[in-house]
Amino acid sequence: MAKTSNSDAFVEFERVQKSYDGENLVVKDLNLIMPKGEFLTMLGPSGSGKTTCLMMLAGFETATHGDIRLDGTSINNIPPHKRGIGMVFQNYALFPHMTVAENLAFPLEVRKMGKSEREAKVKRALDMVQMGAFGGRRPAQLSGGQQQRIALARALVFEAELVLMDEPLGALDKQLREHMQFEIKRIADNLGITVVYVTHDQTEALTMSDRVAVFDDGRIQQLAPPDQLYEEPENSFVAQFIGENNTLEGVIKGINNGVAVVELDDGELIDCKPINVSKAGERTRVSIRPERVEYNKSRLQEGAHTLKAEVLEFIYMGDIFRTRLRVAGNDEFIIKTRNAPDQERLQPGQQIEIGWMPEDCRALDAT
Amino acid sequence: MSDTTNSGPMLAADGTPLKRSLARALRRQKIRALALIAPLLIFVLVTFIAPIADMLFRSVENQIVSETLPETVEALADWDSDSGEIPPDKVFEALYIDLVIAEAEKKHTRLGTRLNYEKTGVSSLFRKSGRRVGRFDTDEYTDALTEQNPDLGAPATWAAMMEDSSVRSSLPLTTRTWDRWAAYLISDGENPAEEKLEDVLFAALYFDLRDGASPSDPRLSSLDVSNIEPVDLPASFADADKDWLDPSVWKTIQVYSPNYTSGYFLNAVDMQKGPDGAEARPENQQIYIMLFQRTLFMSLVITVSCIALGYPVAWLLANLPARTANMLMILVLLPFWTSLLVRTSAWKVMLQQQGVINDTLVWLGLVADDSRLVMINNQFGTIVAMTHILLPFMILPLYSVMQTIPETYLRAAKSLGATNWTAFWRVYFPQSVPGIGAGSILVFILSIGYYITPEIVGGTTGTFISNRIAYHISSSLNWGLAAALGSILLAVVLLLYWCYDRIVGIDNVKLGG
Repeated sequence: MAKTSNSDAFVEFERVQKSYDGENLVVKDLNLIMPKGEFLTMLGPSGSGKTTCLMMLAGFETATHGDIRLDGTSINNIPPHKRGIGMVFQNYALFPHMTVAENLAFPLEVRKMGKSEREAKVKRALDMVQMGAFGGRRPAQLSGGQQQRIALARALVFEAELVLMDEPLGALDKQLREHMQFEIKRIADNLGITVVYVTHDQTEALTMSDRVAVFDDGRIQQLAPPDQLYEEPENSFVAQFIGENNTLEGVIKGINNGVAVVELDDGELIDCKPINVSKAGERTRVSIRPERVEYNKSRLQEGAHTLKAEVLEFIYMGDIFRTRLRVAGNDEFIIKTRNAPDQERLQPGQQIEIGWMPEDCRALDAT
Repeated sequence: MSDTTNSGPMLAADGTPLKRSLARALRRQKIRALALIAPLLIFVLVTFIAPIADMLFRSVENQIVSETLPETVEALADWDSDSGEIPPDKVFEALYIDLVIAEAEKKHTRLGTRLNYEKTGVSSLFRKSGRRVGRFDTDEYTDALTEQNPDLGAPATWAAMMEDSSVRSSLPLTTRTWDRWAAYLISDGENPAEEKLEDVLFAALYFDLRDGASPSDPRLSSLDVSNIEPVDLPASFADADKDWLDPSVWKTIQVYSPNYTSGYFLNAVDMQKGPDGAEARPENQQIYIMLFQRTLFMSLVITVSCIALGYPVAWLLANLPARTANMLMILVLLPFWTSLLVRTSAWKVMLQQQGVINDTLVWLGLVADDSRLVMINNQFGTIVAMTHILLPFMILPLYSVMQTIPETYLRAAKSLGATNWTAFWRVYFPQSVPGIGAGSILVFILSIGYYITPEIVGGTTGTFISNRIAYHISSSLNWGLAAALGSILLAVVLLLYWCYDRIVGIDNVKLGG
């Protein structure tokens, strides 16, 4: 068993590749190091390879190439039932022919634990998810949210240090989902377990995670804490995928002192922060978050860059106003403004001037 | 919701009680649903339920004795079968009347066949006596009575006389005999007032007069029977067949004289009617209990074999990629598209002593040429062939249940620390039990009533109760016994079904979904 040099790593993927058909790689060269106690989310569109990674870690898929290590030990050849990894499945996979308590006792039973100890642990796990009164029920008699809690308790009851969750909240309605997000996070923090969480819901990823790995096309596009991921996307895929985003297409005119001058397709010149562009003449996609754009002149800060815009649509959303504009030939330019007492409500057809700080405007790759 | 606090029934918008208007709305739906299934319902009732009910009814039906021998049955009622003596002369007189009419109606052989099921020899007894009964010396009564009143020799006189109610009430036996005789003639398209008078009518008249009847009718009041020499009927019958002097023949007639009998059922469970009720048959005549046991046992073995062979196949089908699974499915269904006879005969070719398997074993040197294995025309052959034939009925329900068990359950079990075997046994298998149940019920019930395969490959040790039923339907023509055996078989199936429902629960049986 190869010991890794990285003493701090608990879960480690090293140059992992996976192919199902021998022609296409579903996971291309995955490298990932997770410290103990981290809550890491694998986020990406379907088919991006995130679930495959999870299944390789759980042991249900074998890596075509590369090494997966758990606590310094390569687990490539360890069968799933010896890995001691807890897992919460998409549809909970609670055994329908067993009661809730039997479901929870199952992992303890196969570990040959005594009856009294088993019962104590089951009770503790049920109390942890506030389902103490439901031990005698069958899974089919529980609501989706309750089943979810039981599935979580079952994954935790045998005290796994690593718990994998495969879109566990996908089947719940919005309100319950938000509630469960906090609950899972709270329990994970309390127990100090390491969690790998797979989802395609970015809000979920941002709310729960210590770090998010954004997957696309079999690669991790960016691995960063939520705030960094949102505010400093490293490429246009991440910028598009996380949160709402405005893009303006253009060509780099030059890069000086960390400022890129971009000529937009309608001839307008703007200053941007160059992220993954390197030289003049390159096509670029400029990304600006909707809430970083201001149209109220009094709120514009010194050094802001301004552009003309036409209001196409104004939507009152309660806490915010969402306005669709035509900016530099782009009809889908969205701005979000806070519903403050002094905030002007725009009318469609109105000609206005909008502005943003150059550092909020990121020049990314055009692919 | 707040309306429910009001006392009194809820009212619909038009003021009628809500319950009634709901019932009316539902009734219309029910009638429409019933109308939709009516054609099938009627079809099933007429072509399925009614014939089965009729067939089952035959297992207790026994009117043939009292219909063919009404006088005998009545006369025999008081006879003590344990006395060891033949019945009194009156019984022979009644038998004479019954037999003459039965012979004319050609019913006596059928009765003989019926009673032959209970006592061998009765069939030939009735056939022989039927041939002879017309030649008994009873023409002496005819001669003596017509001599006293020549008018009695004319059929028209009889026809007119028998219209008279005072005559009818004074001569009960004669009246009954005449009515039966006339009914027979009319059904034959003849006119009783013109046909030749049979001796039996005069015999009946003689018996009535001898027993003290005194008709007031002038045509009859002058008759004097005191000096007519009585015919010795017991001797005549004994002359026709000496079995009539055997009290056990009479006992059989007496025991089976009621309209309904449990005799067929007793017979079907290796018992018979004795003087003190049911008793076991002699050991060398017992066969049905053994056949029932064998049928149940072999069906059980076939069901278990089907589970053992079908489970892995169904599992493969449910877990392979769709395209491969479809290919396999065609292979499973292939036998369905081949004639049952062809498949059974194929097993005959495979398993016989000069067959493919024995040839191969001999060629491999595993079996000596002079000690080839006997694999056909015995239980082994039946079990092999029927397992093969019924296997799809096990695989299909198993497959459709297994298809609904997601793979994640096994994964979940393994992630919780279960080995492959534990995951299968504790998590997968319990969920596939409904499929096993459905398949087992199907296979067991089908095999318990299977006929054609045991008939072809069963030999003598591998036949089922159904083969015996078929024998009684088509060869021995003892339909009553066949119906009794069939009823018992049906009852056994229903009982097993009920037990299954109690133990496993019938809502646990899934054919898919």
